[in-house]
Amino acid sequence: MNIRGAIAILKNELQRFFRTAFGSILSPVLTTSLYIVVFGAAIGGRMDPSLFGGATYGAFLVPGLIMLTLLSESTSNASFGIYMPKFTGAIYELLSAPVGVAETIIGFVGAAAMKSLIIAGIILLTARVFVDYSIAHPLLAIGYIVLVAAAFALFGFILGLWADGFEKLQIVPMLILMPLTFLGGTFYSIEMLAEPWRTVAQFNPIFYLINGLRWTFTGSSDVPIGIAFGFTLAFLALCVAIIAWIFRTGWRLRE
Amino acid sequence: MVTKTPETILDIRGLEKTYKGGVQALAGVDLQIRKGEIFALLGPNGAGKTTLIGSVCGLVNPTGGTITAFGSDIRSNWREARRRIGLVPQELSFDMFDKVIRQVRYSRGMFGCAPDEARIEEVLRSLSLWDKRNEPIRKLSGGMKRRVMIAKALSHEPDLLFLDEPTAGVDVELRRDMWKQIEALRERGTTIILTTHYIEEAEEIADRVGVINKGQILLTDDKAAIMAQLGRTEAVFELAHPMSEIPAAIASYPVVLEDDGRKLVYRGGDGTGQGKRDVAELAQDLTRNGIAFTGLDAHESSLEEIFVGLLEDRQEEAA
Repeated sequence: MNIRGAIAILKNELQRFFRTAFGSILSPVLTTSLYIVVFGAAIGGRMDPSLFGGATYGAFLVPGLIMLTLLSESTSNASFGIYMPKFTGAIYELLSAPVGVAETIIGFVGAAAMKSLIIAGIILLTARVFVDYSIAHPLLAIGYIVLVAAAFALFGFILGLWADGFEKLQIVPMLILMPLTFLGGTFYSIEMLAEPWRTVAQFNPIFYLINGLRWTFTGSSDVPIGIAFGFTLAFLALCVAIIAWIFRTGWRLRE
Repeated sequence: MVTKTPETILDIRGLEKTYKGGVQALAGVDLQIRKGEIFALLGPNGAGKTTLIGSVCGLVNPTGGTITAFGSDIRSNWREARRRIGLVPQELSFDMFDKVIRQVRYSRGMFGCAPDEARIEEVLRSLSLWDKRNEPIRKLSGGMKRRVMIAKALSHEPDLLFLDEPTAGVDVELRRDMWKQIEALRERGTTIILTTHYIEEAEEIADRVGVINKGQILLTDDKAAIMAQLGRTEAVFELAHPMSEIPAAIASYPVVLEDDGRKLVYRGGDGTGQGKRDVAELAQDLTRNGIAFTGLDAHESSLEEIFVGLLEDRQEEAA
């Protein structure tokens, strides 16, 4: 294994991120802060805490918004990170270098996950300014956040390899990920939904992710934590398997 | 005859590549590259040059044949092979917003080499990029950008370097400069394979030349041997008075009349200088026989003409 190679890619990707740090950090932090202020503080004060397991709506919202950020940032960072060299042609170097699937995952996916973790961390801190929340299981919360960031960075990496145009790069996050996250209980508990929507919501994979994280924050959620963790791990394993296959066959990489 | 054959650094046997659309880019390429040489691969557009390079460098999955580099198969020993091979592709492709020195460091790291600032400085200085090291690449001129590509490929000290059209779109001065760089690399022991459209380039710097067309190597030989075998001298005498037939005195030369007898054209020689001597004697014979000429235009056929001739011959054979 070419550890220096993996570190070089990781450093290069992070450095690219910090080069545009102002925009890439500020914009998700601002968006999320707006959600918290508008929904959490302005509207949330009028909501009955019993709907959210006794927590305030603001505190209920925080893990959902963290998940929203993690999913979109991990996916877009990783997909963009690998799509750009494909687009500019700079990928030739990666393909001609003694770099295999492990180094590539550590470098590109690791950097993308780290970026979204940095942003998630900043949002967690910023949210504290507006909302009084607590974390019931801090270690599990950190572990879960890292797991989700890694899984969706892997997913984004696949997306970036698959995309052969900027449109495709946007389509999955915009048309699938974002709606599923909104419908997966970022802003509400499915207890609040009437049938058949309550049943339909349970087919949304993101629903389990959001509720897994919510459990680590509030200690209660719509689904058992084991299912949420198991689901995330399975998704991560699936993504790793797909990437390994891509590297073995050279699909969308080698002609 | 047993002579000491130079060590083969790259051995390509029966290499084939058929793209998904059915286009056959390589149709059984056999090519052996000797350690320490500069090998120029000549061929028209679409001949398979870039596919051949891509197959060795890991950009293309060949559909048949074997590639042995440094004595072992590059599929089974890909890490070692890639670590020792450098590639400068045709297109300028890198992170345009990054600084020169960072991109070069990045390349070195990616190839698994320990950081070595002295080596980075040496590479940048040798390519006259040191003063520009902290510039974002996008601010450099085209020629400078190409040097950055070369610097990246040299950062990990490859033993075998591929240059795909290294001087395409580069001005004459810079091209000469680039040739010096390539020569300097060879002196350090790097084996170089370059593809080019500029025959002048192959003529100037290559030790051996290979001609590729339609996915097949038509010939490989020492440059001098190709020139000797296929080289020709052409000399055009512009006659003061048109002639209707060639005088007996000069009939022994390979000459013809052209342009309604206004031009006497010599075509002969063998690329070793015989043609030039012939032309000098012919000029004297013309004078001795009172045949006045008002102009003389003589030149040696270049590899380009040889190359075009070769392709035409093959096409005729095929037809």
